[in-house]
Parts: sequence; C-alpha cells; structure tokens
Amino acid sequence: MNAPMDFSASRREFFKASGALIVSVSMAGFVTEALAEIGANKPPLVPGELDSWVAVLKDGSVSAFYGKIDMGHCLDVAIAQIVAEELDVGFESVTVFQGDTATSCNQGGASGSTGISTGAKPLRSAAAEARRILVEAAAKQLAVPVDQLSVLDGVVSGGGKRVSYAELIGGKFFNSKVEWNKQVGNFMDIKVPAKLKSPSQYKVVGRSFRRRDVEGKVFGTMDWITEISVPGMLHGRVIRPVIAGAVPLKVDVGSIKKIPGAKVVREKNFLAVVAPKEWDAVRAAQTLKVEWSAATNPYPAMPKLHDHIRSAKVVKAETETNKGDVDAVFKTAARVIEAEYEWPFQSHASMGPACAVADVKADSATLWTGSQKPHYARDGVAVLCGLPPEKVHAIWVMGPGSYGRNDGGDAAIDAALLSKLTGKPVRVQGSRSDATAWDPKGPASVHRARAALDASGKVIGYEFISKGFSRVHIATNEADPRDSLAGQELGMPTNPVEGFGTPEDNYSFSSRRMGWETIAPLLDRSSPLRTSHLRDPVGPDVHFGSEQFIDELAVATGEDSVAFRIKYATKPRAAAAIKAAAEKAGWQTRVSGTAKSSGDILSGRGISYTERRGTIVATVCEVEVNRKTGRIWAKKFTVAHDCGIIINPQGLTQTIEGNVIHGLSRTVLEEVRFDANSVTSVDWASYPIVDIQDAPLSIESVLINHPEVAPTGAGEPTIRSIPGAIANAFFDATGVRLRTAPMTPERVLAALAAAR
Amino acid sequence: MATTVKFTLDGKSRSVKVEDPAMPLLYALRDDLKMKAPHFGCGLAQCGACTVHVDGEPVRSCVMPATAVKGKKVTTILGLGTPEKPHPLQTAFVEEQVPQCGYCVNGWMMTAAAFLKKKPKATDAEVREALAGLKCRCGTHVSIMRAIKRAQQQMGGAA
Repeated sequence: MNAPMDFSASRREFFKASGALIVSVSMAGFVTEALAEIGANKPPLVPGELDSWVAVLKDGSVSAFYGKIDMGHCLDVAIAQIVAEELDVGFESVTVFQGDTATSCNQGGASGSTGISTGAKPLRSAAAEARRILVEAAAKQLAVPVDQLSVLDGVVSGGGKRVSYAELIGGKFFNSKVEWNKQVGNFMDIKVPAKLKSPSQYKVVGRSFRRRDVEGKVFGTMDWITEISVPGMLHGRVIRPVIAGAVPLKVDVGSIKKIPGAKVVREKNFLAVVAPKEWDAVRAAQTLKVEWSAATNPYPAMPKLHDHIRSAKVVKAETETNKGDVDAVFKTAARVIEAEYEWPFQSHASMGPACAVADVKADSATLWTGSQKPHYARDGVAVLCGLPPEKVHAIWVMGPGSYGRNDGGDAAIDAALLSKLTGKPVRVQGSRSDATAWDPKGPASVHRARAALDASGKVIGYEFISKGFSRVHIATNEADPRDSLAGQELGMPTNPVEGFGTPEDNYSFSSRRMGWETIAPLLDRSSPLRTSHLRDPVGPDVHFGSEQFIDELAVATGEDSVAFRIKYATKPRAAAAIKAAAEKAGWQTRVSGTAKSSGDILSGRGISYTERRGTIVATVCEVEVNRKTGRIWAKKFTVAHDCGIIINPQGLTQTIEGNVIHGLSRTVLEEVRFDANSVTSVDWASYPIVDIQDAPLSIESVLINHPEVAPTGAGEPTIRSIPGAIANAFFDATGVRLRTAPMTPERVLAALAAAR
Repeated sequence: MATTVKFTLDGKSRSVKVEDPAMPLLYALRDDLKMKAPHFGCGLAQCGACTVHVDGEPVRSCVMPATAVKGKKVTTILGLGTPEKPHPLQTAFVEEQVPQCGYCVNGWMMTAAAFLKKKPKATDAEVREALAGLKCRCGTHVSIMRAIKRAQQQMGGAA
C-alpha cells in the first residue's frame, strides 16, 4: 500500500494538462473549473485535511470527493444524500466527484460492497465537521450563540439574523485538520470533533433520490471509457497467444505492412499492434503472423477439473470457524449425512472488453481507466513507468461493466506500456475473446459438507470444507504490474496469494468447523485461467453448496426448509428476514421434494438464507423444470434484504435485482470451458449468460430497514443467496439433487435420468 | 482503394472514406464520426450493444460493412430522441432507472423501438422474443421489461 503523499505542488498542473488533453470528458472538465474557482494554495490531498473531502463553492454548492466509484448502484447519489444530511444543504446542491486521483484519496475503489458501509464514513464525518466549523463561524459573524443557530439549505440563521455557507466560505478552503486513521483503501476513515446526526433526525437519507447518470446513458450523450479520445492517440490491440503460456518466437512484421500506419510493438513476450485508426489496429491484430512456442498442455481435461482439485496438493489450509469438538461428535453421531458440491471457473465477461487510454511522458503520465480501483491502477502505472505515484494522474471513467478484478486492470497496464513504448497516447480495447477468455477468473472449487445428527434428529455437528484455486492468485487490484498479463509477459515473477472463504457462521449447530484449502495455479504465468475476485468472491460458489446442504439436512430430518433455518438461525434479524421472504412469497410449509408434480413441467420452490459482513438476505425462488429439455426457468424471486439503515430504497432495490439475475446466470449457465491448451470460452456463444427469455417474470424485494444499525452493504450480499435458492427449488420440483454448477440442461437431464 | 460512402446519419448527410471494404459500420460511426452511443461489445453480432437502425430496421453495426449503408438512413440513439424530445422508450427507461453500467442499453432501446413501431400492442412474451439474444451483464432485465411496458402504455399500446 502506498501512503498518499503531498503532491499539491503538481496538482494544478495536472488539472491544466488534463483539461487541455481531454476532448470529450465533460465530468473531468467540470472538476477543473470547480476547483480552479477555489483557487491556489489548496492543502495537500491527504485524508487528514478536511479540504480533501468537501468543498463549498462560491455559489454555495458543495463538492464531495469520493475515493470510490459508482457503476450504476446509486452510490454517488447515496453519498450526496449523506453529505447533504450532515451539512444541512439541499441534496441537489451536492456534486460527488469520484475515482479521480487528483481529487480524491484512495478509498479503495469499488470493493467488497463497501461503497457506503466504509466509503461513506469519512465523507459523513467531513460533512458534519464542515457544518460545525461553518456554524461556529456564523456564530461569530452574527454574534449569536451556536445553540441558538439552525441550518436549512446551507443558510445559518438565528436571533433574527442569517448568513449562508456561500458567504461564510464559498470558494475558500477550510484549512482544517481531521484525524486520519492511517488506513489506505476500504477502511480509510477520519475522526472529527463534530457530533454526527442521529438517524432519527434524517430528512434526506432514506429517500429514493434518482440517479444522476441515467439520462446520459439513455440519451446516448454520456462518455464511457470507450469514448475517451486524446489528440495524436494510437489504437492498440494486444496479441495473446493461441496456447496459454506460449511465447512469440518469430513475428512477421511484413504481414501487416499493407495496413496504413500499423506497427508491431514488442517488449520481451509482450506483443501488440498499434495504428492511428481503430479498425486498422483490429485487422492488424487479426492479420499479424506470429510463430509461437510449442504447446505444453498446461490444463487438465475439462471433465477432470474437479478430480484435479480433489487430488491436488494443498498449498494452504485454514480453519476459520471451529466450535465445540467436531471430531468427537462425528464419532458418536446416530447418523452422518455427507455431500459434495462442485463449482466451475467463471468469467467476469463484462458487457464490453475493457478499455483504457494512457499518455505516458518522461516525467508524468495520465491514465483514463474503467478499472474499478483507479487509485491502485495509478500505483501500477507508476511502478511500470518508474514514476512516483504523485506524477501519475488516473481518471476513472465508467467502463463496460465491472464486477471485481476483470480485464480492466490488464487494459490499464497494457495502455500504459504501449504508450511508454511508442511515446504516444494509446487507447486499448480488447476483442470479445480478451474479455471472456483472458480476464482473471472466479476460481473453480469443490465443497465437502457433513453433518452429525443425534438420535432425535438434532444437528449436533457440522463441517464444511472448500478446496479450490485461490481467489487471489492475482491480486484484487493492479497496484503491482506483476499481477497483470503485461507485467507477466515482461517477465515479472508472479505473486500468488492464497485465500478462499467459508459460509458465514450463521447457524447455531453446537459443534461446527468451516475452513478451506487452496491449490496451485495450473500455469504460473499469463494464464487465462488465473484466478481473482469475481463479484462476491467465492460467495455464490460456497453457498451453492452450504445452502443446499442445509436443505438436505431439513429433508433428512423431515422438516420444512423455512422452519429448519429459523430453528438454527443464530440472530433474531436473520429469523425475521427468513420469515419476511417466506411470507411475501406465500411459502407453503412442507418438506421439500414431497409435492410431486406431473407432466413435462415440474414446479418447485426453494429458500436460501445467507449473510455477508452483517447483511442478511433470505431468498425464495420459484422454478419450472422442463423434464424433456432440462431447462430450469426461475420464474420468480422474493428477496428479503436487511443491510441495516437504508440510504436510498430504489437504488437498493435495483442493486438487489441485478444481483439476482447475475446470480441466476452464474447458477444455471456460466462455466468457463477450456481444453489442454487454452480457454475455449471466447464469446457469448461459448460462454452463454442469461437471456431475456430466461429472466424471471418478477423479483419482489422486501427491504428491511434498521435505522439504528450502521449500513453493511448491498452490492454483493444477494448474489450468494441465489444459487442455493435455485438448487433447492429444483430439488423441490424434481426430488433430485444437482450438486454441480452450472445447472445446465445437459446436467439436469443427466441427473433426472440417473434418478429414474 | 478507398471509397467514399455517403449516407444519412440521424437526419444529416454524412460521408466517410472507407479504406478497407470489410470495415464494419461501427468503426465508421465511432472512429470517423465520433458517435458515442453504439458500443463495441463483441464484434460478432452476439450482444446488440452496437445496434443502429438502417432504414428503420435494427442492425448490428459491428458486422455490417460500412459500405452497405451507402445512400441509406442510419439512425442512432441520438436520432431516436433527445432530452427535449424523448422517444417514449427513453422516457420510460429514465423513469424506471434502467441502466446500471449502461453499456448495453443502446441495444435494448434501439431493438425495442423498431419492434414496438411494428407491434405496439405486443404481449410481454412477444417482447421477450423480439429482444432475445441481447445481452445485459448487470442483470437489469426485469427493469427493462418494466420500462418497455411503461413505454407501450405511453404509446397507446399494451394496457
């Protein structure tokens, strides 16, 4: 981690430089104007300065500087609501600037559903502190004691007098210190003397203010990262090997000589083409003749993947939960139930291949990136180019979707390397294959579950152990270029870290153990099956197994799946969520799998209850299974969601809906295919995702609001509850367990045939 | 040999010099004419992010050669409507707050606009069939269906 440094001296030059360079980035242009108005002598951009978080402009409008980003989950709006609330200004007067290293501190970018839970904390404190300072200034100016003053819409009044924030400080700096907790990233926070408001006083938080990015997207006027254009810019395409791990031996430069301006760029094993026109770069990449080194068959046969995981040497094992005497309980159990579940490699497969634009000069660099962690992308470019981080300006621009460490991190480093090597600004956008075959993958895994029952059927022992590839063989950000394809092609040694996860410890079985084991990567460099974070890292994977297993226990003990969960759930809030989902869905109490339907279409309902860092989700899914075609159609979802206090109900609802459909897609369809040589999922035909025909008819959300509980996040918690809900509904419909994801028609037909 | 392709783009006459006859329309629109809304998603006509109307029909501009639109009317989402004079679908997509990352939304709206013009009273099942094959990775499908229903009501279609 790099501690933020004082780079106030060079900040204004960056603003000027970027303002001059940007052809079409209106947002960044506005940052320039807004901050130029505030003028020179801004304190350094460090978390310990109040001015790093909020500013009041001359017209009284407020700027908030957010070191995370929003990709359509309403986070910037939520931040504006929270800042407006604490500052007592109108919601409309707050503008949130996000993901720009020149205006915000490194709050970690989009990460771990912390956009509000940790991301809003320093902004909330800063807004309260700004209010405190302004009210004290008003007290002096008006000669009215603080306790007789009130603030409404940025105007302080009392004792028959009034003064506005604009008059008090508009266009000037606070020059006031706040106490930074010395953390960089998600947990960056500050402490202030000001007292924060109590939720009972909230007027702005809790309301469904509308998003600010929707019109630009719907009317086609917004710039995504793919629209960034810089004068003199070249278009680049990186050439990935046909066989994973192969290196270029001979490159026939003459093979692209007829394409205007097309050039080969090569540094060690990094191979790319550039051209002034995008199509020319595309066809140069398609035309270039390259002789690659021979195949080494790095990958196992795909049907043997999970056998490979089972037999592979454990690199690291960790027990995260160990309560009671699990081993002893299994020895004395009246009955032991066991099951094993399998999850595939999955791709981010973002809507478009990642894009980045870089302009690397001898002493500085500018990066426009769709990476969801722009501050870390800045750090990576700085390392790659041998520049101090404060000489690199990274600007986040909305990318074509991002759900973790996708190809955006690679595109950023690719663009910077190409700009460095060519001496020109370079824009990189990959092919579909670069996004689907070559993004870092969610890890494949196997999950072993067993439970010990006493003679009465009570669960007295529980064990859940996952084994798979690490979720951090590639770091979750690109702060170190060796975690990028380009870095590895340059010969930088990889730095695999071992990490996986377990279900949340949310059932009260008296003896229980949960842990994980990781295995080595299949290929030690530039691997299209390298693994990193994909939305709710290993959450859907683990809970596909654990929430099916809970259902298997309910069925084995002759209990209804809702009642069984409530019986063993540890928290009252969890029981409330499970009940809320069941009630809203019209849950019929019975042992799952006992209501046999006839005909070709079998119907069933299933429930899943999961937690993620304090957020509780219970999901009921209703499915139809076509026993002739093997198709599962998840017709309806009902989601009860408790993430503490709700900032913006509409934003939350639509975040839940996106989670449901993404989870549905990953449960029934998504599986990265590969052969001995490389990944063969290269497009939407070979990596199918959910279609509108597969989408449910409805998603009902029950939002459980707890104003007294700090917010715990919503970007990912729902997705982990989806696989179990679908699989349990499938069992209810068919009486058959399908323990391998995705639950494709082929697997469904095979499972139904085997059970006959 | 470069050829010049003249066509109408969102009501205005435009021309593009095409060097390679295989160059898809998408590159002429984006790279030469700086049109933002049609996006590159796959280059394989598998996702719809690049959809434009050619003489009123939705086409995937990532696979249609630029030379094929000679003399034709090309409409992008900018030609569909503006904030001042929005297409009912645009109003509905704003009302329902549909897009998340929004990279795909061009394809959904352009495909739906052409379909609803032909069949304003289409049932939900017919709408789903017409939109089959379009991709959305953020999972906004349910809100897309809500928005289309809303637009149909505004257009005097489905009740």
